[in-house]
Amino acid sequence: MSAKEYRTASAARGGLLTVADVPNIAFGDRVRIRDQQGNTRNGQVIRSSNEEVLVQVFEGTAELDLESTWVRFLDEPVEIALSPEILGRVFNGLGEPRDYRPPIVSNLRRSISAAAFNPAARTYPKEFIQTGVSTIDGLNSLVRGQKLPIFSASGLPHNRLAAQIVRQAKLPDDDSRFSVVFAAMGVSYSDARFFQEEFASSGVLGNVVMFVNMADDPPVERLTLPRMALTAAEYLAFDLDRHVLVVMTDMTHYAEALREVATAKGDVPARKGYPGYLYSDLAEIYERSGRIKDRHGSITLVPVLSMPSDDITHPIPDLTGYITEGQIVLSRELNNQGIYPPVHISPSLSRLMKDGIGKDFTREDHPHVSNQLYALYARALETRNLASIIGADELSARDRRYLEFADAFESRFVRQGEDEDRSIEETLNLAWDLLSAFPPQALTRVNETEIAKYHRQSE
Amino acid sequence: MKQTEKKGTIQDINGPIVTIKLPGVQNGEQVRIGSLGLYGEVISLEGEEALAQIYESTEMVRPGEPAEGLGHPLSVELGPGLIGGIFDGVQRPLEEMFLKAGDQIPRGLSPLPLDREKLWRFVPSETLEPNMPIIGGARLGVVQETETVEHRIIVPPDIEGELIELAPEGDYNLEETIGQVRDRRGQVRHLKLYHRWPVRKPRPYQSRDNGVEPLITGQRILDTFFPLLKGSKCAVPGPFGAGKTVVQHQVARWANADIVIYVGCGERGNELVDVLDSFPKLKDPYTDRPLMDRTLLIANTSNMPVVAREASIYVGITIAEYYRDQGYDVVMLADSTSRWAEALREVSGRLGQMPVEEGYPAYLASRLAAFYERAGRVETMDCGKGSITLIGAVSPPGGDFSEPVTSHTKEIIQTFWALSKELADARHYPAIDWVDSFSADVGTAAEWWHESIDRGWEKRRAQALGMLARDAELSRIVNLVGPEALSSAQRWVLEGATLIKEGVLQQSALDPVDTFSSPEKQFMLLDLILSVYDEGAALIELGVPVQELAEMPVLARLRRCKELYDSSQTDQLKAFRNEALKDFKEIHSEYAQRGEQTA
Repeated sequence: MSAKEYRTASAARGGLLTVADVPNIAFGDRVRIRDQQGNTRNGQVIRSSNEEVLVQVFEGTAELDLESTWVRFLDEPVEIALSPEILGRVFNGLGEPRDYRPPIVSNLRRSISAAAFNPAARTYPKEFIQTGVSTIDGLNSLVRGQKLPIFSASGLPHNRLAAQIVRQAKLPDDDSRFSVVFAAMGVSYSDARFFQEEFASSGVLGNVVMFVNMADDPPVERLTLPRMALTAAEYLAFDLDRHVLVVMTDMTHYAEALREVATAKGDVPARKGYPGYLYSDLAEIYERSGRIKDRHGSITLVPVLSMPSDDITHPIPDLTGYITEGQIVLSRELNNQGIYPPVHISPSLSRLMKDGIGKDFTREDHPHVSNQLYALYARALETRNLASIIGADELSARDRRYLEFADAFESRFVRQGEDEDRSIEETLNLAWDLLSAFPPQALTRVNETEIAKYHRQSE
Repeated sequence: MKQTEKKGTIQDINGPIVTIKLPGVQNGEQVRIGSLGLYGEVISLEGEEALAQIYESTEMVRPGEPAEGLGHPLSVELGPGLIGGIFDGVQRPLEEMFLKAGDQIPRGLSPLPLDREKLWRFVPSETLEPNMPIIGGARLGVVQETETVEHRIIVPPDIEGELIELAPEGDYNLEETIGQVRDRRGQVRHLKLYHRWPVRKPRPYQSRDNGVEPLITGQRILDTFFPLLKGSKCAVPGPFGAGKTVVQHQVARWANADIVIYVGCGERGNELVDVLDSFPKLKDPYTDRPLMDRTLLIANTSNMPVVAREASIYVGITIAEYYRDQGYDVVMLADSTSRWAEALREVSGRLGQMPVEEGYPAYLASRLAAFYERAGRVETMDCGKGSITLIGAVSPPGGDFSEPVTSHTKEIIQTFWALSKELADARHYPAIDWVDSFSADVGTAAEWWHESIDRGWEKRRAQALGMLARDAELSRIVNLVGPEALSSAQRWVLEGATLIKEGVLQQSALDPVDTFSSPEKQFMLLDLILSVYDEGAALIELGVPVQELAEMPVLARLRRCKELYDSSQTDQLKAFRNEALKDFKEIHSEYAQRGEQTA
């Protein structure tokens, strides 16, 4: 650690501080800033040349002056101290405790910007995780090591769904050690308290590491927070052999913080003012989930993001969808009908589902049932549109059956209680209840053996 | 290539863009910077200073650290040992790095792409003799690279002169000399089993040639409806979740190409693992050997440094050209070119270049065009024929095809496989939209289909597309006024179109039978469904109610034909055809009799 302090700050703008005449400062170096009152702030070098150094100040540059600001370069990257003690603790975006308990003391410190995993070191995720939520397990299955975001919007119950997943997620017949890493960026106090109480009441608190940045905390801290959280998750997964579920909320606040800093730096904006590197930046975060050869643990990532103005083509959900292995999309329409969880299955998808379900994993009919429900529901929604134009009375008997199916699907399959933990067996049987409203020949996605075995009419 | 080493120092670090003071460095030259020796490439010069883009993270690099020029542009090693490998965006072997350095990719590590120890059995060409004149691209001999691929050792394109000596048959490693050539300047050049080639410079060939036969991918909607010729260029645009990657994987699996190069450019790590896991277990349907024996992967996952992403597709296409020069039909898949374009945008943004559309630099269109133009069917220097078929995935933001990358790409390519969110949402896979997609190669493909499969191909294809268009039109009416407004004949068109969609267009990549359809099977299915439609249409003329036809049990079976009979069971399919048409004949005679009675 360098003891030398510089008093050569030459510009302060937003979260950025320029320091002149400091030689040979490393790119990405951690910085400590002392203001005239003697308070310290934290920062990181984001551009370095012989003439000047640009420092991103996490707490912002408000109330700094250029004359009496002291800057010290610590000659180390932004790091996090790691030990098994982190479980049950709450940190801020810089890895400092925010639960009024002492900081973690450990020899093990890791840079939060880890090098990318070698694709040759990964193993393909294929262990089905049962979340107890039918629309996820049955139609968009989550597997260990997957990254599956929840696309939500303001006012929708994404937090309740995320909490339900945390509470219920398990591998059928497996009780190995699991942990939760919870990363909250720019959340409100009520949301933060909701999660804390959820974890406490379900008794998992001792297995949870929380990283919290409130809506009124410095936005720049949101940029390091997910990386802190994932470095902790990697430690738990690959050093301590735990299965880690990482829940991140809300990625939209993260991206907005990135835009704020990018704009201050003068980066060329690409779409809606977001910098061109938003994709690469989000990928650095999301791609840290997965499974590694010869390691017991895993990182499963469930980021939550709110779609600004419910727009799925907004850059944040759009770029996220291109990186993650699917998405669970919540619908305002279903929510307004009082359906919880309001999962809109049509745009929802799990890319890793195909290898984690079926014979040997869940049940042999699972892939076909899922496909069949999707096809019928798509057709049913078309019929519903038609009915809203020409009136349900004008529909043929065949079409009316689709209409009934859509209602039954939403009220019985999609809707479930917040504490209702359905096994995959129950989910699939429920699916067959709905499919049995159709004659066997109308079910083209399931095969004849499955119809003979599960279709109610053929019993 | 000059071997003089140039030394300098780092001036400024701005993410992956680093300013170095390095007098005498060339534009495009490779550099190593910092105490870690990170690799990069000079992208512009100004006075004594050079801007370099660095392929690795520059964290904790500081001004004042050394920088050195390597004297050559970004190049790839071309020789036996490429096939079956997985390389990163600058051709570092990822398997070897995993063994050497563990789970994560460390910085500054640069193992050689090709194994230097391994011995290869070299068999020299019999037609060559000492003192013969020899040109670049001439075949010196062969090495069996994998069971599937015979690697033809060729003279590097930039060498020509007189062959002095050619090694006899035997086992050689990559560094041993297998031939000597006296070039035009009288210098003796030692040829090895491998050579290097700069990735941004297209490899030379004699002349361009027209495509003559379609690439068979075993995917019905691609081969039958939107064919792609060997040596052609194709784009696969689609929003996320529409199935771009599955389409690309299916082509990589089942295409009748000699070599498949899959470039994962800024995509998901787990998807590459899927390829790495499944390809060695899958059999090439044409040779019955493991697919990995003809496949090569270039992986720059989305979390790997962005500059190497920009390089990765050039690395891929250069290797593709090398196998083309050996006279092979190569398929290169780039997933996704949008990520490559974004890498360009990111670098140009850091350089402060003036953005034109959505932040992209003005040279986007010309770079895209120049890249796609490296595909094609050519007459090689050696007077053989080789081709590169280039299939680029495009990831338009928000699925909007009017964005710059999609629209510029569309101007260059011949075949366009447009993926649709609506189809994917209804789980209609592959979600290739038959309205937005096009192929400029149907005429040439038709010649091949007529020659090899059936004379009726072009007619049947047109009929099916016509019915699908009619279906879209009629569906609009139904959505306005309900199905009752349609005549029986029109409703039968809707039924027929549904049969085409479910029985032909939809194809499951996961079903072991349906995943691959031979051209014979493709045509038989299409012809069968259209024959059934034609028979039905004739019955409707006779007054048979459309409801009776729609509920015929044979139709349910017809939809399942694709998964009931594999490509070798054409006889069973024929038998089913006769059976199905017989059912229609029976109704026909029944109604014809009735008609006579009433008459």
